Amino acid sequence: MAKFEYAPAPESRAVVNLKPSYGLFIGGEFTESEGGSAFKSISPSSEEVLAEVTEASSADVDRAVDAARRAFTGTWGRMSGADRGKYLFRIARILQERAREFAVLESLDNGKPIRESRDVDVPLAAAHFFYHAGWADKLEYASLGPNPRPHGVVGQVIPWNFPLLMLAWKIAPALAAGNTVVLKPAETTPLTALLFAEVCQQADLPAGVVNIVTGAGATGQAIVDHPGIDKLAFTGSTGVGKMIARAIAGTRKKATLELGGKAANIIFDDAPIDQAVEGIVNGIFFNQGHVCCAGSRLLVQESIAEEVEARLKRRLSTLRVGDPLDKNTDVGAINSKAQLQRITELTAAGEAEGATRWSPECELPSKGFWFRPTVFTGVSQTHRIAQEEIFGPVLSVLTFRTPHEAVAKANNTPYGLSAGVWTEKGSRILWMADQLRAGVVWANTFNKFDPTSPFGGYKESGYGREGGRHGLEAYVTTGDTK
Amino acid sequence: MSPTTGAPSRVEIKKTYKLYIGGKFPRSESGRSYEVYAGGGTSGAFLANAAQGSRKDARDAVVAARKAVDGWAGTTAYNRGQVLYRVAEVMEGRRAQFVAEVRASEGVGERQAEALVGQAIDRWVWYAGWSDKYAQVLGGLNPVAGPYFDISAPEPTGVVAVLAPQASSLLGLVSVLAPVVVSGNTAVVLSSEHRPLPAITLSEALATSDVPGGVVNIITGRTAEVAPWLASHRDVNAIDLSGAAGAEGVAWGDLEKAAADNLKRVVRPAGTGPEAVEPDWTATPDLSRLSAFLETKTVWHPKGR
Repeated sequence: MAKFEYAPAPESRAVVNLKPSYGLFIGGEFTESEGGSAFKSISPSSEEVLAEVTEASSADVDRAVDAARRAFTGTWGRMSGADRGKYLFRIARILQERAREFAVLESLDNGKPIRESRDVDVPLAAAHFFYHAGWADKLEYASLGPNPRPHGVVGQVIPWNFPLLMLAWKIAPALAAGNTVVLKPAETTPLTALLFAEVCQQADLPAGVVNIVTGAGATGQAIVDHPGIDKLAFTGSTGVGKMIARAIAGTRKKATLELGGKAANIIFDDAPIDQAVEGIVNGIFFNQGHVCCAGSRLLVQESIAEEVEARLKRRLSTLRVGDPLDKNTDVGAINSKAQLQRITELTAAGEAEGATRWSPECELPSKGFWFRPTVFTGVSQTHRIAQEEIFGPVLSVLTFRTPHEAVAKANNTPYGLSAGVWTEKGSRILWMADQLRAGVVWANTFNKFDPTSPFGGYKESGYGREGGRHGLEAYVTTGDTK
Repeated sequence: MSPTTGAPSRVEIKKTYKLYIGGKFPRSESGRSYEVYAGGGTSGAFLANAAQGSRKDARDAVVAARKAVDGWAGTTAYNRGQVLYRVAEVMEGRRAQFVAEVRASEGVGERQAEALVGQAIDRWVWYAGWSDKYAQVLGGLNPVAGPYFDISAPEPTGVVAVLAPQASSLLGLVSVLAPVVVSGNTAVVLSSEHRPLPAITLSEALATSDVPGGVVNIITGRTAEVAPWLASHRDVNAIDLSGAAGAEGVAWGDLEKAAADNLKRVVRPAGTGPEAVEPDWTATPDLSRLSAFLETKTVWHPKGR
């Protein structure tokens, strides 16, 4: 049978109007840095410079925290919940109206396929604002305790894998509860956060309610250490999460930490194999595997391991790797050179430790940061690729014989963010779900997210939940006023 | 034959107590003990010798607690409620002993000691009633925008280290212990350093009730010596630092910092800023202590024909 090639179907970049350089969004305005430097945000798929961005100094963070405090005491903290909600509804609507612009910019800055930014990141970000808008005047119904009220100024540091979506996960519940925010987007993906700052202006959000300070680790550290911050929310690596937990030890700052993972995706012999293969692919190759809850460890029941492996390889051979703006692209660019190096190092360790490496044939663009979808078979539990978070399009395949063995292997990690179970047997799903030490269990599906659904980890995957009534809890204090 | 003038009618048995680990009462592996005096000080009447727990004892207690997690968390909520209620029943039978020990330890009058013991027993009853209710209050169905059944429910976090309050030797202890174990966690409790007797008697009550061995482990000794090993222990999932308030040589910030090594869930002591204060344990509790040691698990499944 003749094989039809896909014609390129690129999404237009015309919808995005980037400025050559961006300041910091403090007190409702874009301002120049005080003593900070500048850095470039590049497109990981082409290494093209997209814009110059400010690296905020600690003096800038001071200004941002001051602006947030003034907004908290002056306007936002006094406003009725109903009015706060209306601002959030406004923001949600504007995000929907400007969805294409956000999607294209996200794919440019992050390297993820436009199909994902368009169909997942941006609509979910808008949905988070819609969902939390409704909570703003209903906090006392959320069963969080008596007299629910905001903490004050919240510091938020977010990662580069879902830049706008993580911003929404952080800002929407914080604002709904009446807090004001100082948010730092990731160093490599600051642009949609800066575009979001424009949305805040467009929505006439009172000045200082949302402050966006761009920068790298030092800027994040300045936020964490700032005495004017009442609560911290962080999504990122477990290593940095532990540093934050140490930094705030002995203070009264609250924190929620959404950290790394090494999820097991468990396939039993009675699973619908084709659906499971789609779930495996979605589990680890969605967003280039730059997903903390990615199904990076495939646990297959021994009796069907060969068949699953064969079908998986056949399916991976059809994945299209390339231009993130092409609507046919399945796998985009690796977010940064540093991340590409980490993936390269860990996969080399996988080979060196004796696992068998396989990748489909596919041509990679000559410029930018790319990594072929990769599968390791013959992986044992002690291999680094079975223990460490790779955060890339790399799947480690292990086998098991009994449900107990699957549980023991799945739980054999300091992480506990997510897990997947594939079986047609209902009682086994429920038993497995009980046994797995993970905050999210996807049964016969994977990588599903919703604003109403709490997300977050057990063990060293962090603490606190985001989304739903549970996520709101982190932004509210209760009990007697002290 | 009449006794010699001035001599007691009966020679009292001075007590030397032991630890409570894995349902048994071992001595401290260190062989040490320390003297406990009335009023929690060092100048009152001698009350008893308590075992001076060590790092090794703390580790043994964590092993026992870990071993007990699956069984205890795996019982039904109804059953855990029954077991907690049974603790109240057993305590009720030993009321007089608890009252005497609270009175001696805390230096309070008879009437107040009776009130405190009564409240401690009632607190078990209060938490017993929560065992099969908090999951519905704290969990529920998530109305996701898609054809999925999506539900969130709380689960116990695992092994919880508890620094029991220093001043409130029984009511404070029960107020921090019951919310840990009601949900299926197991506990390693470091008792009040200078007022350990009610905790020791509680361990005897627990051993003769239906609480499985290892679910509650109680170590007496120096808080400043043992607490850091619990805070840094990699197989402890959470730590309650309430008992850091008023503990000699204990900086709760250091303990919290050590707890970050494996991202333990931490309940800070009450107070503002770096200051730690012991709260009024007679106040009616809420769900915050219970929920502090829970993990929310969310399960998704597609709907289809």
